[in-house]
Amino acid sequence: MSSPDSASHAGASARGSWLYDPQIRGIITQVLVALALVLFVWWIIGNTTDNLRSRGISSGFAFLDRRAGFDISQSLIDYTANSTFGRAMLVGLLNTVLVAVIGVVTATFLGFLIGIGRLSRNWLIARICTVYVEVFRNIPPLLVIFFWYLGVLAVLPGVRESIELPFDSYINNRGFFMPRPIWGEGAWLIAVALLAAVVMSWFIARASYKRQMETGQRFPVLWTSLALILGLPLLAFVVTGFPLTFDTPSLGAFNIVGGLDVKPEFLSLYLALSFYTASFIAEIVRAGILGVSHGQSEASYALGLRPGQTLRLVVIPQAMRIVIPPLTSQYLNLTKNSSLAVFIGYPDLVQIGQTTMNQTGQAIEVVGIWMAIYLGLSLATSGFMNWFNAKMALVER
Amino acid sequence: MKTTILTGVLGAAALGFAATAASAATLDDVKAKGEVACGVHTGLQGFAAPDDQGNWRGFDSDFCRAVAAAVFGDPSKVRFVPTNATERFTALQSGEIDVLSRNTTWTLSRDTSLGFNFAGVNYYDGQGFMINAAKLPGINSALQLSGAAVCVQTGTTTELNLADYFAANNMEYNPVVFQGFDETNAAYEAGRCDVYTTDQSGLYALRLTLGNPDEHVVLPEIISKEPLGPVVRHGDDQWFDVVKWTLNALITAEELGITSENVEEMKQSDNPEIRRVLGQEENSTIGSALGLDNAWVANVVAGVGNYGEVFDRNIGQGSPLKISRGLNQLWTKGGIQYAPPIR
Amino acid sequence: MQEHDISFVRAEMVANSTPPAAERGIVRWLRTNMFATPLDTVLTLLGLLLIAYTLPPFIRWAFIDAAWTGPDRSVCATIVQGGLQPDGWSGACWAFVNAKFAQFMYGRYTFGERWRVDLTAILFVALLVPLLIPRVPYKFLNAVLFFGVFPIVSFFLLVGGWFGLAYVPTSEWGGLLVTMVLSFVGISISLPLGIALALGRRSKMPVIKVLCVVFIEMVRGVPLVTVLFMASVMLPLFMPAGMTFDRFARALVGVSLFASAYMAEVVRGGLQAIPKGQYEGADSLGLSYWQKTGLIVLPQALKLVIPGIVNTFIGLFKDTSLVYIIGMFDLLGIVRQNFQDSNWASAQTPMSGLLFAGFIFWIFCFGMSRYSIYMERRLDTGHKR
Repeated sequence: MSSPDSASHAGASARGSWLYDPQIRGIITQVLVALALVLFVWWIIGNTTDNLRSRGISSGFAFLDRRAGFDISQSLIDYTANSTFGRAMLVGLLNTVLVAVIGVVTATFLGFLIGIGRLSRNWLIARICTVYVEVFRNIPPLLVIFFWYLGVLAVLPGVRESIELPFDSYINNRGFFMPRPIWGEGAWLIAVALLAAVVMSWFIARASYKRQMETGQRFPVLWTSLALILGLPLLAFVVTGFPLTFDTPSLGAFNIVGGLDVKPEFLSLYLALSFYTASFIAEIVRAGILGVSHGQSEASYALGLRPGQTLRLVVIPQAMRIVIPPLTSQYLNLTKNSSLAVFIGYPDLVQIGQTTMNQTGQAIEVVGIWMAIYLGLSLATSGFMNWFNAKMALVER
Repeated sequence: MKTTILTGVLGAAALGFAATAASAATLDDVKAKGEVACGVHTGLQGFAAPDDQGNWRGFDSDFCRAVAAAVFGDPSKVRFVPTNATERFTALQSGEIDVLSRNTTWTLSRDTSLGFNFAGVNYYDGQGFMINAAKLPGINSALQLSGAAVCVQTGTTTELNLADYFAANNMEYNPVVFQGFDETNAAYEAGRCDVYTTDQSGLYALRLTLGNPDEHVVLPEIISKEPLGPVVRHGDDQWFDVVKWTLNALITAEELGITSENVEEMKQSDNPEIRRVLGQEENSTIGSALGLDNAWVANVVAGVGNYGEVFDRNIGQGSPLKISRGLNQLWTKGGIQYAPPIR
Repeated sequence: MQEHDISFVRAEMVANSTPPAAERGIVRWLRTNMFATPLDTVLTLLGLLLIAYTLPPFIRWAFIDAAWTGPDRSVCATIVQGGLQPDGWSGACWAFVNAKFAQFMYGRYTFGERWRVDLTAILFVALLVPLLIPRVPYKFLNAVLFFGVFPIVSFFLLVGGWFGLAYVPTSEWGGLLVTMVLSFVGISISLPLGIALALGRRSKMPVIKVLCVVFIEMVRGVPLVTVLFMASVMLPLFMPAGMTFDRFARALVGVSLFASAYMAEVVRGGLQAIPKGQYEGADSLGLSYWQKTGLIVLPQALKLVIPGIVNTFIGLFKDTSLVYIIGMFDLLGIVRQNFQDSNWASAQTPMSGLLFAGFIFWIFCFGMSRYSIYMERRLDTGHKR
């Protein structure tokens, strides 16, 4: 903005001129920018209201209470064509959250496995992992989703040739069908028992950790917790008199009816997102492990720890500190990429929003809802990861 | 700082890519541009699909050519803009296209709240069902479809009709909803769903793009009225008239037996009606009243043929689709295609 | 000491005996690299199993049984499906890719005018290659040509309508052409815009800082699909009545704004890594803000974040595949559109087409990531202790 000439002039001749006071100039710039922004927004709002009026589009969120009239293939809550648009959007939101949460868990697991695999001394495993990472990282996620969808549909047999699995489960190109548990009376007791078991295990773990710190003696936490978590609900189950029946799937006229089913759209979206994101997580994990200095693992070998223990107790906890921040953005990416569901017909937030937009013409409102929800999801995820990061961060002594 | 850059980017893009201003007089704009911007399907065999050379072929795209022939006397002065189900209306509203010829159903809400005018019906259609007969022997009515998985496209009236039909007949179904035709096709072909539903004309077109078309049959039921027609923006009557009468001219030409081959001879015809329609009358105003050349009907027919020719060539017996005329036969031959007189 | 009755004194060293068979050559390599522990052995066997299970069928499908040439779908369909292949045949339909190759590259770009695309591509390569090779001189001139002159020249070349060139509307563009133009323009807009946003975010002026933070975080918080929807459905509503944007320009605006928010965060990382002393040193020399930023801070910061910048480019390149949702046909879009062609519809067509598109995307992205690793090593001079 100011060339060196004018700057030196300013310093020499106009020391007192307010024009060259950086603070005042800053204020003027800000006022100008704010003014330009306000004008710009004003202009856009003006245009938009004009356009909406001339096209006879009503604005507002009243449409959310109107009858939707279309059906949705997969829903976690009760939904029929008679439900409202608002409820349809809620169904979409839940589906988005479902695929994002399960995808994040799988991608993390897979990513750690492959990231560690790339550093393996085993030549073959390291090569396979490298090829995996280089392939998946360098093609668009949309393509990965198509591959999975076509692949899943092509590999699995049709309904009539369904593969039968144990426990009355079936798998075919309409999805994976399994018995749906139907809980009878008194089933709430089982849930209470499970909850109690988990709480008790947590207290036991804390107490045993404290005891180990003080006395060095270890308490078999894993086994006791396992016994509690399995035993208590089982006890409740017996006490309440087995309040459980199953709705088993069976072959109907067209499809397998009844039971619980996992649709191929969900399956392929979930697999594609997990596999795609795992390749990035693998690279992050590898960088994290390489970032822990060799001295750490050498010292741990010197103490007599085995390689597995070294990895688990020494290297990974330290690597986590490097890994968590980039891992957060990968989780966010996975959540955002779940919007690609619209291409393969998984009813996520974007897909249902698009249908709503087409049926009602309320483009601005629907895009607004999308933005608000995705921003909310992003903030929630990064908030959680920040908390986790603070917990894992190096405690300087 | 940000906003100035932002507006700079927007401005540069607008300048660079020739932002067009659509005023009320679309016809003048079109004449000034030297081409008709016509919204078509992104690729539906028989209605609008690019061939190997990238030329658009089909029933809907030929209608675009007919409008160009009416305005310019040259059917090639069309710019085809492929649109998908979601943004076809935005494209028309914003003036990106001058006419939308993309198997669009005429409904009250589209006519009113979206701010459009339908120039007529160039194809009487209805929603139907297609099944794989080889895999589902014994199904010959849509009423046997309870419990089926149905592939359907989002953003259409189809999705709502489907829900209504199954609810009205107390049947259950399993919707599998896609964004575009190609996803829907791939899923249907892979056996993801038992039934494919869309406008019957579309089913015939899609059947051809399946791996083995002979296995698939279109069920007889029609569950909705789908009058398809070209659409223009509300509020420009002159342009509305041009598009509307282009459609009427196509039908009238078939009624009068004027074809792309005999149009030159017909100009010397003894029949006064034919001579009037082709603009051969003394002091004829059949073109100038619309703001067009008096020979515009002759140009349309010379450019693309009459309604029957367009139909046969693209979707009828002269095409792989082999759709019968049915309701789209002329009113004189048992159908309901009927054009007001051109006089 | 001389008269020892030792009958044999070894005058030279015993030659090294070769290591035991298990400790040399390929056997040793296998032992240490593939069968070191029982777990390793199991893993190796699993890996071999995986390869044996996937690779041969793939090679068979993609090469041995593939249909390479042919006039229409008959070469890619079995007899039952109305084709020529025997029953049970399964192979890639490269004939489809072969027949549609021109469309995949140019879209529906007017036939006689395609030399203009070719010329643009040649110019692009001719300017890019010397820019990428560090040894070639005249870097500044080259960069000016590439980022300043080339876009203008290629704009006139591709769009036409001037100097006797026929006008080719953007609605007829497609295929790799669209992918490349979108990425190139997106990259050249998002880099300066991203730098501006990053500087704004670190600015001491609260209004500007807040604006930049809000913009960056909002864009980074939402998926590109929704941004594109906004560009395609809402932008027309924002404009004064009657003014329309070319669809291509709308996609460009959406993609560039999206990428610039990510770019801003990458650049900010670089800015934060510059030691405070650099800023203070520049201040004490009496440099103005722009001199300090342009001459001292940015050159160092950008050098630091080259890998991040290239990764953003790769992301942008991959993201262009989403413009399909607003009715544009990039490489992936045009491949998918051609599945609709009844001349080529067969069970094998979709997989073959997608594989082709994936291969092209992969080559570009892999190339970029390798180049970024190379540059990272080359530039790795300063800040490592």
